Amino acid sequence: MSKNKQTAGHKGACGSQKKKEGEGRSCIRYRCGLTNTIQDVLNQRPGWVEVKDDGEWDLNWCDVGWLRENFDHSYMEEHVRICHFRNHYELTRKNLMVKNLKRYRKTLEREAGRLEASKCDFFPCTFVLPSEYHIFVEEFKRSPGSTWIMKPVARSQGKGIFLFRKLKDIIDWRKDGSRSEEQKDEAQVESYVAQRYIENPYLIAGRKFDLRVYVLVTSYIALKAWLYRDGFARFSNTRFSLSSIDDQYVHLTNVAVQKTSPDYDPEKGCKWQMQQLRQYLTAKHGFETVQTLFKEIDNIFIRSLLSVQKTIINDKHCFELYGYDILLDQDLKPWLIEVNASPSLTASSQEDYDLKYRLLEDTLHIVDMEGRLTGKEKRVGGFDLMWNDGPVHTDVGLEALGSSCLVANTHLGCVNDRQKQLQQLLKPFPGQKRT
Amino acid sequence: MLDESAELSVSITQIVQRLKGTHLHSQLEKQAKECLHKPEIKLETLKDDVRRLLKASGWERKLQNAVYRELHILPPPRHPRAPPEHTKEPLAYMRKAQVNWEKRILKSLNSMCTELGIPLARKRPVPEQNELTNKWNEMGTDEPDLSKFRPVYAPKDFLEVLVGLKNPNNERSEDLTVRSHWGLIQVSLNVRDIPQTREMYPELGLTYGQLGIDDHTHVPPDLFESEHIHIGKKVVSEHDSAAAQQYSRQGCPTGLRAQLWSLILNTTDDPEAITHYEQLKARVIHHDLLVDNLIYKDVKLTASNDDYYFVFEDYLYQVLLCFSRDTAVLEHFNYNCATPPKSCIQSKSGSEQCAVVYPPNGVIPFHGFSMYVAPLCFLYNEPSKLYSVFREMYIRYFFRLHSVSSHPSGIVSLCLQFERLLQTHLPQLFYHLREIGAQPLRIAFKWIVRAFSGYLSTDQLLLLWDRILGYDSLEIVAVLAAAVFAFRAENLMEVTSLASAEAVLADLSTLKVMPLLQIFLFATSV
Repeated sequence: MSKNKQTAGHKGACGSQKKKEGEGRSCIRYRCGLTNTIQDVLNQRPGWVEVKDDGEWDLNWCDVGWLRENFDHSYMEEHVRICHFRNHYELTRKNLMVKNLKRYRKTLEREAGRLEASKCDFFPCTFVLPSEYHIFVEEFKRSPGSTWIMKPVARSQGKGIFLFRKLKDIIDWRKDGSRSEEQKDEAQVESYVAQRYIENPYLIAGRKFDLRVYVLVTSYIALKAWLYRDGFARFSNTRFSLSSIDDQYVHLTNVAVQKTSPDYDPEKGCKWQMQQLRQYLTAKHGFETVQTLFKEIDNIFIRSLLSVQKTIINDKHCFELYGYDILLDQDLKPWLIEVNASPSLTASSQEDYDLKYRLLEDTLHIVDMEGRLTGKEKRVGGFDLMWNDGPVHTDVGLEALGSSCLVANTHLGCVNDRQKQLQQLLKPFPGQKRT
Repeated sequence: MLDESAELSVSITQIVQRLKGTHLHSQLEKQAKECLHKPEIKLETLKDDVRRLLKASGWERKLQNAVYRELHILPPPRHPRAPPEHTKEPLAYMRKAQVNWEKRILKSLNSMCTELGIPLARKRPVPEQNELTNKWNEMGTDEPDLSKFRPVYAPKDFLEVLVGLKNPNNERSEDLTVRSHWGLIQVSLNVRDIPQTREMYPELGLTYGQLGIDDHTHVPPDLFESEHIHIGKKVVSEHDSAAAQQYSRQGCPTGLRAQLWSLILNTTDDPEAITHYEQLKARVIHHDLLVDNLIYKDVKLTASNDDYYFVFEDYLYQVLLCFSRDTAVLEHFNYNCATPPKSCIQSKSGSEQCAVVYPPNGVIPFHGFSMYVAPLCFLYNEPSKLYSVFREMYIRYFFRLHSVSSHPSGIVSLCLQFERLLQTHLPQLFYHLREIGAQPLRIAFKWIVRAFSGYLSTDQLLLLWDRILGYDSLEIVAVLAAAVFAFRAENLMEVTSLASAEAVLADLSTLKVMPLLQIFLFATSV
């Protein structure tokens, strides 16, 4: 439902706001459609004021629903920012992501050869249903006994997902009378993907886990992407076993699903910080192996973003914070499970709240409504610049001349001493004294 | 007084005795015999040639490591006329206190047993055995009813025992003076002060590189870290226990720590170790012990509630249940002044009661015991390997944290050392805390008993335990406790109650252990 024409960025309660490009603003109006950690971050940012309803805003932290209804009717001034790209779903809807990745891979193979294309082999064999049903069946028959997972394309939090080993299971499911009309409709329209299930996930103490990593994209053309050092590993609350594919609690590691598992103890929490995980893996497998693993994870982010670079409608007003879900298998190969355009910002514990608070604070530092950055920074708080129209390397000193000099500028799971870095980097907020 | 060479030959004899008949002994014999077939061996120089070959093939190193390990657990030298308990603990009043404490614990255990009507040990019926075998890797999914069980004791009960220790030969006045001891421990033992500790821990000094300090993000790795890792790899490839122990003093790199600790403790991947573990597992399957419930309860209350250790719940059962049944652990009572608890069990014929050691390993678990194992799960995931490392760490170090003795690494000495360090270097703070009814030891005791497990973040804890192994002493734990108080001194000076003092020191998870230790030991004026 479209309201009257949305304009953003005009003179508002904060007096004459029209400043020259690059000059910092002292009063920033924001609109926020969510009621979780982001509210606190925006609220507590010095000089930022919330506007409601039809008020004019400089930054809009909206949900995707709002975007869908209003983006096309909004006129945004130069300085205004919004937290989604218009057609982000090219990356975040499972069927579109698969389509884009497959196409990108084909192009790469044609232009750069098989070896280069094989660097895109980080997503499990996936088919969109019902359009690719027949080639899916062919592949299915070629590997009898293997397990597949069926996922609804647009839903989140683990809803509607199930595992199967026999074609009979999905045929039954399609005909299932117990499902609602809406669910049956979904099955007709291109709403599901069938994906090869990773049967040998890396287990820690018998438990399956996946990784949640945050990537901030501020532009697609040219591609500029930042990687956050913090993140976490989400554990399944029960031990992994292939014998019970009906037990979705075993296989799905979303906190949302785990919360309903009978074993779930909210006091316990089932997350490890990324730093903890990285240390654990280093202790088990040695420094070099883990270094390689994290390089491969970087590769997933970069290739997935490159695959949609030409499809996403670039808009200088837009930025987007993605939540990537990565799964490791027993050979320490990382797999891309999915990309979320609206990663959960609700906190499950104090530690989780602090992580998300820092993440959002640093996101806003990079969006830089206050005009404090030069644009040449390679690191802002916990974010490291991962890709800037090309790979980004750390500044290596003379000491490293002996070793191969080019080191990627990513530090996932490494120490996040953002306070110190921010103090050195940023001028104080307008009107704030330096502490 | 035995002179040194006589002492040495006694030690040699003891070690030879212990190594005779071990798996290593038979392997060495086999290797020596195989050497005989080699062409290089000449009859005239048989002995030297065989020795040379054994050295070249790495067998001498293995023997060296085994001897080195035996030296660690050698009972103290004894006078031929001294009774064994005097050798283990020369101070009579300490021995008495330990005996009384043991009586109390055992009484508590037996009364729980009677109250609940549960036998101390029970053979499992076959269906139960099968069920347990199937569930061996996920015992954590069991939710037995543990509400009736209470831990046999908690650290604070033990603290009261230590506080009550008094040397009957020492008349103490009640006046509080500068000269008197302000803390809770009322006995005088010889503990190291800062100058002496500096001598003992020179590698923690400001001129030495450390992991935990010099591997920090802003320090270029070429200054220390790269070289240290390079040396670490060499140490591991040399399979040298003594070298590994020396190396560990400056910290173990994350990627090498598991191998280094295994070397230091001389826990090998021998089939012997695996067989032993399997035997213990079989014992768990066949018999149910009352203490098993105490272990379940402890794991559920402590490790399972920890943000990081909860994942390892199953491993903890696999280790601790086997540990309770391992009679090899009884060997450590050769140098532990405690005596293994005995309970009366009906003999098979039912006619008489005989006293047997219960639990079989002689160690009654207390609240928090599982935290000794939890950090090790970060390094080892093979159950038999994890088990061997834990057991060795227990019989070398951890047992000293819950028995009454005058040993420098014993809990009494550690507590006293902590209090003395605090009183000497932060007298204003100590006085203030004392005045508000917040005796520092009451807060620090739980850290010391657990060697900080569960209080520090895991990576920091492992750096601390590197030094425990490296210096073969627990004193670093007492020093760290004092260093933590020194670090938070400013905030502590402002509190006005025990509760608020506890609150200031409740969260140690952000502390960096090595800088704290280094500053306290080497940058404090004495």
